[in-house]
Amino acid sequence: MTDHTATLAPGDATQQLKYYQKGTFTVGNRLVDEGERSVQASQERSNALTCGHRACQGCGEALGARYAIDAAMRATGGDLIAVNATGCLEVFTTPYPETSWQLPWLHSLFGNAAAVASGVAAAMRVKGRKTRVIAQGGDGGTTDIGFQCLSGMFERNDDVLYICYDNEGYMNTGVQRSSATPPTARTATTPAIGLEPGNVFGTGKSVPKIAVAHNIPYVATATVADLHDLERKVTKAMSIHGARYIQIHVPCPLGWGAASNDTIHLARLAVESGLYPIFEAAHGRVTQVRKIRRQVPVADYLRRQRRFAHLFKGATEDPRVARLQAMCDANIVDYGLLDALGDDT
Amino acid sequence: MHGRGGQGVVTAAEMLSVAAFLEGRHAQAFPSFGSERTGAPVVAFCRISDTEIRLREPIMEPDCLIVQDPTLFKAIDVFAGLRPGGYLLLNTNRSFADLHIDKVAASLPPGHAVEVSASELAMKHVGRPLPNAALLGAFAALTGLVHVGSVQKAIEQTFSGKIGAANVAAALEAYNIVAESNRADATV
Amino acid sequence: MLKQIEGSHAMAEAIALCRPEVICAYPITPQTHIVEGLGDLVREGDLQNCEFINVESEFAALSVAIGASAAGARAYTATASQGLLYMAEAVYNASGLGLPIVMTLGNRAIGAPINIWNDHSDAMSMRDAGWIQLFAETNQEAVDLHIIAFKLAEELSMPVMVCVDGFILTHAMERVDIPDQAQVDAYLPPFDPVQVLDPAEPVSIGAMVGPEAFTEVRFLAHYKQTQALSLIGAYSAEFNQAFGRDSGGLLRGYRAEDADLLIVAMGSVCGTIKDVIDEMREDGITIGLVTIVSYRPFPTDELRTVLAGAKDVVVVEKAIAPGVGGPLANNVDMALRNLPRSPRLHSAVAGLGGRAITKVSLHKLFRRAQVQPWEGTHFLDLNAVVVSREIHGSRKKRRSGPTAENILRRLAETPTHAAE
Repeated sequence: MTDHTATLAPGDATQQLKYYQKGTFTVGNRLVDEGERSVQASQERSNALTCGHRACQGCGEALGARYAIDAAMRATGGDLIAVNATGCLEVFTTPYPETSWQLPWLHSLFGNAAAVASGVAAAMRVKGRKTRVIAQGGDGGTTDIGFQCLSGMFERNDDVLYICYDNEGYMNTGVQRSSATPPTARTATTPAIGLEPGNVFGTGKSVPKIAVAHNIPYVATATVADLHDLERKVTKAMSIHGARYIQIHVPCPLGWGAASNDTIHLARLAVESGLYPIFEAAHGRVTQVRKIRRQVPVADYLRRQRRFAHLFKGATEDPRVARLQAMCDANIVDYGLLDALGDDT
Repeated sequence: MHGRGGQGVVTAAEMLSVAAFLEGRHAQAFPSFGSERTGAPVVAFCRISDTEIRLREPIMEPDCLIVQDPTLFKAIDVFAGLRPGGYLLLNTNRSFADLHIDKVAASLPPGHAVEVSASELAMKHVGRPLPNAALLGAFAALTGLVHVGSVQKAIEQTFSGKIGAANVAAALEAYNIVAESNRADATV
Repeated sequence: MLKQIEGSHAMAEAIALCRPEVICAYPITPQTHIVEGLGDLVREGDLQNCEFINVESEFAALSVAIGASAAGARAYTATASQGLLYMAEAVYNASGLGLPIVMTLGNRAIGAPINIWNDHSDAMSMRDAGWIQLFAETNQEAVDLHIIAFKLAEELSMPVMVCVDGFILTHAMERVDIPDQAQVDAYLPPFDPVQVLDPAEPVSIGAMVGPEAFTEVRFLAHYKQTQALSLIGAYSAEFNQAFGRDSGGLLRGYRAEDADLLIVAMGSVCGTIKDVIDEMREDGITIGLVTIVSYRPFPTDELRTVLAGAKDVVVVEKAIAPGVGGPLANNVDMALRNLPRSPRLHSAVAGLGGRAITKVSLHKLFRRAQVQPWEGTHFLDLNAVVVSREIHGSRKKRRSGPTAENILRRLAETPTHAAE
């Protein structure tokens, strides 16, 4: 999305304009300059994650991975190696005996993608090669079991871009709770029963914030609701050397109980409610945020997913919806997600 | 070799093994392994032989005993297993009698039990109370198992520059003291 | 060049001579001096073209090695005991992926109870992981085995563990002949990977394999290990030619040809056993030793050949599989099956948690095998008094407390060790 704010000299009597986009949000279009078109719009795209993989209909992770890796391939001239953690992406892209990866790809274990990638990067360094390295995994393999190796990679400032596809749970194994699962969400291990149905408040962690605290050269969150922004961030990350982290919000229709054609819409609602702040940071400081166009009530986001259905079953709305709303409001303040002008048409 | 952590007992055993190696002999040096803590009792061992040393057990029946710290007598039985014809070298400026080990000393052949004030020599030459180099010099004189020249080279290999030279000086002085007292004993 | 050198530093020099490209390790007693030695060599510029990475856990250490090896770099790491267990998932992963990583294992007991001293329980815990496991008898052999290990690993595309007794070898200073760079370069060519991550020829490594193919993949791993049996012999012979030393090989005998009583053991205890054998031979007992160097692959046929003529075989090992017995004895038993006249097999477990194995005790043990043979596992130098008191104590009282602490307390109360 291109965002041109026309600034006017004081005294101008004309109205301030805010320009959001030209044309469709998706693949790219002829109205946009070549340099601004998405990688996916090009015939020359590497298709590093090619068709034939076994992802579910509407899988946000497949979408995010395709955009991210092709952007990285373009940025590096195809001189790229990918290391993948165990998880949905690894499983649906390499159904034995096939693979949909068209770049060198290594899957080792669930919890060590960051360390394995560090090893690949070390090998490239020692051999004097310029080949770049990406590590990728889901939230389970990143925020939980992969956390130690991730922190080690950050702390050493190894030259690896780690991409986390955050669908807020262990989806491949049947939708279990991870430390990225939002409060109140129903999962197989946080069922919607008992005193506090769903995932409980007061648990969980923000790995992007933790990444920022490691003072690494680049941290960003991204979303499949803004694929241009995702490509831009991956491209930018590949222009930097050192430890980098991008976390992409990728809805999982199956795990979230949402319609498979609602993936991008859901992702957009998560952003526009303030629940999933989209920002960039470098060396311990937030450098840029993606502003919210118009704040959307979080209930609009929650209602579209069966994993939150229990919040709306009773005669009155579960009071925890208000708590989630408060989280959104706090994010908006903390990250400055709304312009001072506030809501605008 | 007995001492306390921080006194260079392990280094002493290693330097002795290097001295023997420099004379073309086989030598094996190793500590009795434990969590190293300053002040805790430490034992290190050294075997010297003209043929390949295959044995790996701790030395339970030493031919020679070097004790770097006399306060150990209260804590452990350092003399256990010392062979009847063996040697005892003790770092102290007190007498065997004062330390209540005159019986042990007397049980050894004449001239085999010697005290050297190695810590004082170390303070004098090196400025730190690390008696190991001096004791090795004394050991060479006491037992003749290694030449003092090899001890010197071993010390220089372990400690470089001025510190090496200072430790060598301490070792040579200790060697001379013991060699002198050997000669004195011999003439008696 | 002959040096009087600490075992771990000798190993560090040998490993450096093998031109490793990526070294990553996490500190754990007793391997620390090896990795520190390598780190010094890198920093001082003696070991060039080598990335030395300080990782945050053993799991990360082997994972970094996996990535480096898959990307075509010669990778090395070292660990022991708890660290080996912590990287266990990666240990299986490395062999499953067929990556020629070389790892030093400074053999140390596995807790609980926590114990930093030497035994073979750590190596035993990974004996089924598909790695080659070679045991060094001396620091000279430790040096030589590392050089052989890299060649072996890269030819087979299989990781190799070089096992060296913690403290007993790693921290002992002894005479070692360190080869020179030219010799090692002539023996060990640059790493030429069988599989590699290369943008010019992309491959996907690490796919899931289902029931339709998993058996075949596993069969090939087993087959490769049996190939290793002949390759180990060949590379050791080549090593002997190039360096003039009879190091490595699958196993070797000491005064074994005419022996009625054969001892089987691995690692540094073999040195002590040789001294005992010489002494007992002087008393007229025809006793010999078989030192097993290659524990995995297990040299069943070679062992059968060398043990066939003996009347008694005593296996002395530094590990116990609770509820079963000694793992080495178990494997040796396999070699003795189907012999027309099988020797009697005696299993002895010794040296657990670093307890010294003395000549005195071994003399008694070996004589006992001939005159008072035993069934099952014999624990050498077991303090039976303390043990029986603990057993009775735990029967009398439900909340009898942690066993380890109780035994330590009882030992303090009964200072004289009651030898069995």
